[in-house]
Amino acid sequence: MFDLIQKMFGKESSGSKEIAKERLRLVLVHDRVNVSPQFMEILKEDMIKVISNYMEINEQEMEVNLTHSNTSVALVANIPVNRMKRGALMQD
Amino acid sequence: MGEVIVITSGKGGVGKTTTTANLGTGFALMGKKVVLVDADIGLRNLDVVMGLENRIVYDLVDVTEGNCRLKQALIRDKRYETLFLLPAAQTRDKTAVSPDQMEKLCKDLAQDFDYVVIDCPAGIEQGFKNAIAGADRAIIVTTPEVSAVRDADRIIGLLEAEGKHNPKLIVNRIRPHMVRKGDMMDIDDIIEILAVDLLGIIPEDEYIVISTNRGEPAVVNPASLASTAYKNISRRLMGENVPLMSMETENGFFGKLRKFLGFKEG
Ligand SMILES: Nc1ncnc2c1ncn2[C@@H]1O[C@H](COP(=O)(O)OP(=O)(O)OP(=O)(O)O)[C@@H](O)[C@H]1O
Ligand SMILES: [Mg+2]
Repeated sequence: MFDLIQKMFGKESSGSKEIAKERLRLVLVHDRVNVSPQFMEILKEDMIKVISNYMEINEQEMEVNLTHSNTSVALVANIPVNRMKRGALMQD
Repeated sequence: MGEVIVITSGKGGVGKTTTTANLGTGFALMGKKVVLVDADIGLRNLDVVMGLENRIVYDLVDVTEGNCRLKQALIRDKRYETLFLLPAAQTRDKTAVSPDQMEKLCKDLAQDFDYVVIDCPAGIEQGFKNAIAGADRAIIVTTPEVSAVRDADRIIGLLEAEGKHNPKLIVNRIRPHMVRKGDMMDIDDIIEILAVDLLGIIPEDEYIVISTNRGEPAVVNPASLASTAYKNISRRLMGENVPLMSMETENGFFGKLRKFLGFKEG
């Protein structure tokens, strides 16, 4: 009986809202990156700044990319390390 | 100095013109001096939605090209003493005006009016750039659909790039029963994704169609749900703290019936 009333009042769900949300989330990840061509450069520079506190890296060989598949977007970074900074490792 | 507000969206057909007409008329009903500017050059619509299409002599391009004085091109809405329309040119295109000319026009209008409300064309090209050039603040209209929200996101980015910060969002054509069923994105979802402030919610309302047929903005009919929602938004823009009323998210009879039966709103 309760189920019937729920149905009558439209509680049964095909859940298409969740599908819409997920598709929107993904499409915006792509769009927002494309809006600004400098985005990856700025991100790279910030990453270098942070990582340099801990290790010496080869900035020329460093690669940072967003990889796209149908269902996800990942940030993939390949950063050759030249040497670790001892001081940084010693700090608590 | 009055305030210049642009109503924009990116995607076409989501309710910019309807919103411009209703918010502007709402301000006028509360005694403010208002001018509605149709910036959709070549595809003018606001005149028809306002029921003023038979009174046009000069248009926006006549003003910027100096064919007439600004005052001559303003059409006074006889129903509401303090409401005016500056119509778009119909036989020209977006390139007939420049952002600099629009900025000057907005400045001039803001001298005489409390609110200058600009109806922006769809798209992100010159027409959009013209429409936002002179705006103090931007309102983005979207509907609860992936494509419309996506375009809204793009517009937010472009506004930011033009130095127009903190746009406010109106979500139009919400269908509460579909939201309840989980078949329509709800307001929280959209706000979270776009990361902007919500200005208001307009339900899907047949009365919008009826009022557009008549050429009389819905806001003048207190019985319509969309009217209340639009009035609330006008008041919020005037600085009043008007909470989101349940009416804005409830579907009239349906909502009442559900409440009567004791269902908790989700
Ligand atoms: N809340 C609503 N309920 C029902 N119908 C609506 C609602 N809002 C808008 N509409 C209808 O949707 C259509 C498009 O609205 P409108 O012309 O305001 O959109 P627009 O964004 O200005 O379009 P364009 O991009 O072409 O300028 C109109 O027919 C209008 O009556
Ligand atoms: Mg329009």
